[in-house]
Amino acid sequence: MTATAPLENASEAGPDSGKPAGRGRLRPRIPARLRQGGLPYLLLLPAVLLELLIHIVPMVFGILISFKGLTLFYIRNWSTAPWTGFDNYKIAVKIHQPIGQALLHSFWVTLEFTVLSVGLSWLIGTAAAILMQEGFRGRAVMRAVFLVPYALPVYATVITWTFMFQQNTGLVNHVLHDQLHLTSDKSFWLIGSNSFWALVIVSVWKSWPFAFLALMAGLQNIPRELYEAAAMDGAGVWQQIRKITLPSLRPVNQVLVLVLFLWTFNDFNTPYVLFGSAAPHQADLISIHIYQSSFITWNFGEGSAMSVLLLLFLLLVTAVYLLVTSRKRGDADA
Amino acid sequence: MRTNRVFAATALVAALGLTAAACGGGSSDDSSGTSGSDKGVTLTYWASNQGTSLGNDKQVLTPELKKFEQQTGIKVKLEVIGWADLLNRILAATTSGQGPDVLNIGNTWSASLQATGALLPFDSANFTAIGGKDRFAASAIAASGAAGQDPAAVPLYSESYGLYYNKKMFADAGLQPPTTWDELNADAKKLTKGDVHGIAVEGSNGAENIHHAFVLAKQRGADWFDSSGKPTFTGDANVAAVKQYVDFVASGEAAKGDAEYDQNQTITDFATGKAAMMMWQSAAASIKSHGMSQDQYGVVPVPTQTAGATGDAGVTSMVAGINIAVFKSTKHQSAALKFVKFMTSTPEQKLLNSTYGTLPPVTEAQSDPAFQTPDLKTLASVLSKSAAPLPQVPNESQFETTVGAAVKDLFADAASGKSVTTASVKAALEKAQSQMPAS
Repeated sequence: MTATAPLENASEAGPDSGKPAGRGRLRPRIPARLRQGGLPYLLLLPAVLLELLIHIVPMVFGILISFKGLTLFYIRNWSTAPWTGFDNYKIAVKIHQPIGQALLHSFWVTLEFTVLSVGLSWLIGTAAAILMQEGFRGRAVMRAVFLVPYALPVYATVITWTFMFQQNTGLVNHVLHDQLHLTSDKSFWLIGSNSFWALVIVSVWKSWPFAFLALMAGLQNIPRELYEAAAMDGAGVWQQIRKITLPSLRPVNQVLVLVLFLWTFNDFNTPYVLFGSAAPHQADLISIHIYQSSFITWNFGEGSAMSVLLLLFLLLVTAVYLLVTSRKRGDADA
Repeated sequence: MRTNRVFAATALVAALGLTAAACGGGSSDDSSGTSGSDKGVTLTYWASNQGTSLGNDKQVLTPELKKFEQQTGIKVKLEVIGWADLLNRILAATTSGQGPDVLNIGNTWSASLQATGALLPFDSANFTAIGGKDRFAASAIAASGAAGQDPAAVPLYSESYGLYYNKKMFADAGLQPPTTWDELNADAKKLTKGDVHGIAVEGSNGAENIHHAFVLAKQRGADWFDSSGKPTFTGDANVAAVKQYVDFVASGEAAKGDAEYDQNQTITDFATGKAAMMMWQSAAASIKSHGMSQDQYGVVPVPTQTAGATGDAGVTSMVAGINIAVFKSTKHQSAALKFVKFMTSTPEQKLLNSTYGTLPPVTEAQSDPAFQTPDLKTLASVLSKSAAPLPQVPNESQFETTVGAAVKDLFADAASGKSVTTASVKAALEKAQSQMPAS
């Protein structure tokens, strides 16, 4: 009731004012100064406010905290925590000291994990998208099945993987050891050095459908005539993929690879559900590492400093990536 | 038209006002704290997971909360939280001030949470309100906050570690339950055959790891923090303690797979005859749920380095248990204290502890026949004679996580055949110590 009343009023206000519709209707409310160019800014205001509230303010708080000695003693009122200047940053980057060393270690682990996971996801996604282009019986069902990992809640899928990776009772060892006799002993997947591979496998399984989806959409935009013409000229399938498909997909790939990189680098859910808050040394991803520094050892200042460093790194990667890819596109256009 | 608009605006404001009032429901009449009636107040209670599942806890606690409501007119909204989430939830509640009124905490976290200042201190007035401090066992009170300060919580359920052994397997092998570690190792080796192992441990469970590391270091006369609260993880005795524990897997007395256990699989292995021994706190209910009856196993104190050791060398368990605390920011302090009084009353203590298979920290309840089973009598005697509280220092919760994780990694090394040496243990503990924030 209350919602409809003002609307009725508004509709009645038009004819009452006796002025023509359109620009004239705004005149009584919007001051002249705004009318001359301020209106777009006024319309942007809600978005700017929300952006401030959701992203900028928490980020500023995060940066502020990174300059404070915020430990459990100050959690209830973080503003009273003492200022420590750049101390938290110094501790985080001293790579010959244990904390810096551990951070650097997890940085390398994360980088290795991200490159592998994104690379494999992209490869599988591309292959699947190309294969799915051809019409065949059951293609719709196959496409739907391919998207299942993407549609399921992350927690559910990862927890299922933890069951499958159990050393004693897991499906993975049952297949590798009991059925195929590929391993001499039942391997550990959730602790020790294999944990890194467990992480990569789950991550790829989770991310490739997104690559598949994006690339499939990209493939729809390539005119069929190109392939027909190439076939007429005697180009084989492989040549068609190299000369037509991949170059045409470049714009999609540019966005796809960047997004996958950022998501994978920052992934928290997969390692957390797979290993809990204490990840094995070999699979100590930076997101979990920072979480541990902040929330488990209750040292929020240090954790924030690490987060800011991570943010700077990702900004740098994104900037370089965009610069390189846009230059390439410029070259291609020219 | 104008009146229409005014009417609409008024209605909107009124509606918003009503919503706001509904959100703050009940807060207006009870902000005075201790005086006045608490009838109609609703408390929020975060209970830790004590039973076989979160649902089981709800079944156990709901009738008791109803009973409390009938007695006092105070409603209690129950939320049972698993151990993996509890500390984080408390932390979030502390930061935001949006917490429950009453909550359970692991007693080893008492000093850490006390340091945040989020919990209501139990000074003499608050203790009087719940029936007095001397109703509780001294060892349980010692694990409720830093020495020299008013406790930050009150003991609710007490537990201690004992060595559980499979009677039939011991009898078949002609063995007696061990009293020293040498005996235990010899027994475990003898009992390990094929898929059956002498002992089972919970290698990926950080809290378990530090409980054993604590006792094994204590038996060597060492602590994990010095008197000023600084960590001393890398002392020779601490390194030796961790190595002794990890060696169960390294030597094959425990199964390699134990390195991965963190969901009480140890109890399953023990109850299904895959392991002859385990060190555990109050496991009767869980063992029973896996089909092993009470007469099939025995409980003795955890071994010591030499037989009949006393003092620190004779410590066989940490003082385990769960405390109940009141959030300082509660608007219903007097109702919250009434609830704590109810939960720690003798009848409730008897009922709840016997249901959960734990020991009542309220001395008056301890003589109840429910706690006179052979295993609980052993555990009660351990608690009163040979248990010591974990270090009650602010950094305790970090100690649990950093050292717990270090031991987990060492177990992984042992399981994958990498040798675990004094040097590698020391390096792992050095790393853990470096992660401890300065306090």
